[in-house]
Amino acid sequence: MPMALSTQEAADDDQFVLLAKIDNARSVSNILKAIHFKETATVFASAMGLKVTVEDAKCIQANAFIQEGIFQEFTIKEEQITFKINLTVLLECLTIFGSGAVSGACTSLKMCYRGYGCPLILMLEEDGVLTDCSIKTLEPDEVLDFNFCSTNVVNKIIMKSECLKEAFNELDMTSDILEFLMSPDAPYFRLSTFGNAGSTTSDFPKDSDMMESFQCSQTQTNRYKVSLLKPSVKALALSSRVSIRTDNRGFLSLQYMIKNEDGQVCFVEYYCAPDEDLDEPDH
Amino acid sequence: MRFRGKLVDITCIQHFTRVVTTISKLIKTCVLRITPTALYLILSEKVVNGGVQIWCELPQGHFFDEYAMEGVSAEENEIYLELAPENLVKALKTAQTAKWVKVKLTKKHAPCITIEVDLPTLGAHSRVVVHDIPVSVVPRRLWTEYQEPEVPNFDVSIVMPQIKVLKNVIEKMKNLSNTLLLSANHQGEFKVSVETDMVSVSTHFQDLLNPASGNGGAPQQLNPSMDPEEFAEILLTTKWCISI
Repeated sequence: MPMALSTQEAADDDQFVLLAKIDNARSVSNILKAIHFKETATVFASAMGLKVTVEDAKCIQANAFIQEGIFQEFTIKEEQITFKINLTVLLECLTIFGSGAVSGACTSLKMCYRGYGCPLILMLEEDGVLTDCSIKTLEPDEVLDFNFCSTNVVNKIIMKSECLKEAFNELDMTSDILEFLMSPDAPYFRLSTFGNAGSTTSDFPKDSDMMESFQCSQTQTNRYKVSLLKPSVKALALSSRVSIRTDNRGFLSLQYMIKNEDGQVCFVEYYCAPDEDLDEPDH
Repeated sequence: MRFRGKLVDITCIQHFTRVVTTISKLIKTCVLRITPTALYLILSEKVVNGGVQIWCELPQGHFFDEYAMEGVSAEENEIYLELAPENLVKALKTAQTAKWVKVKLTKKHAPCITIEVDLPTLGAHSRVVVHDIPVSVVPRRLWTEYQEPEVPNFDVSIVMPQIKVLKNVIEKMKNLSNTLLLSANHQGEFKVSVETDMVSVSTHFQDLLNPASGNGGAPQQLNPSMDPEEFAEILLTTKWCISI
């Protein structure tokens, strides 16, 4: 047996503070791809599992939750572990055997972390071929607390992702903003853009088959920068259901329910602050 | 000088095309050497560091049903031609469903390799496509530049793992670093790795074959001081690896 890095690491397994094993690495990589709109991410590990956070412009935050039950083995020796890491590099490593899903070929993953200042070690195996990765971890920055709590939620919609995917895929990118109208009255839920060629609207009536739950108490119109929300399309594409909530400040929470290849459910959420720069356009 | 060959088996035609296509991706011009027993595609770059040498031998019996050649003279029964492999590829691409392919040395207004392709038709008459690929004849005095390169004494010889897996891994590694480290030992182990300040990644293949050296001796005899478990290493730029 070769004294590869992996064997060496196995002998030192006792020194880790975080150890996670999963039979299918795609259960981790696919979820992380859904929040990969910036190069770095902050990883929070606790007994509940992993939360990976990506932020931009202090206005948008995406969180991917991979709960401990997804892993075949998940052991953590501290209450909370936090580190920053290059998400682009992490994803390249997780998909080292290829990005596409090849039927039959499964890459197993073992992740180890020995503590502050140590690299994140990944060991991946597919068909007898082993890959060892050691990724430098960085000092974590403070992540934003959007302070989004359910008591302040004004409007909430849960719908099937299908029809929303169409609307989001065709977002007019010449529009700076995406407007969300949510109301107990018609048109109930409307997405609007105001681009170079004109404005477009997509209406989703509350009694549509696509609606699973419609709880809107107040008519609210909020605008968000298209450029900030566009990355959420990746999460939407993977999801089967999405929850859309706005609070009394006009902050938006999008929560995506994503089923992995083994049928297990993971969540990705996006928080977005309303856009306050523009004046009301005439329309 | 004369040369005439005919490929009939479709798998031979496709195989031949694949080989020439691979060569064409690596270089713009090469030398085609025609001998009674084989065709050779040769590139010899006279560069001191980091140059590429290509020596591709195609035994004619593997590909051709009919093969006849007459070299520059009776004593030197060979032909050396310089051409752009891409032109060969373009011609061969039309032959992927051919009934037969003829490759000839011809003189149109200039020396050419002519590729004749007989394509299947629904009707009774045949459909032949003719490609003329201009070539230049390499004079005898330059033939020494295109001799079979000597394989230097190597530390390790190993058979590559599945190329598809290797390709996927190298594709990903090239996104992480410009240089790639290849290592192999006498125990059938082969490693591909990259290392930067940010990350180090190493992929490890096992149970590969270490072929015996050309003279029939066991690999260890080439470098008896080398521990069989020890790895021999080489650094390459990833850009070069991708084209292979």
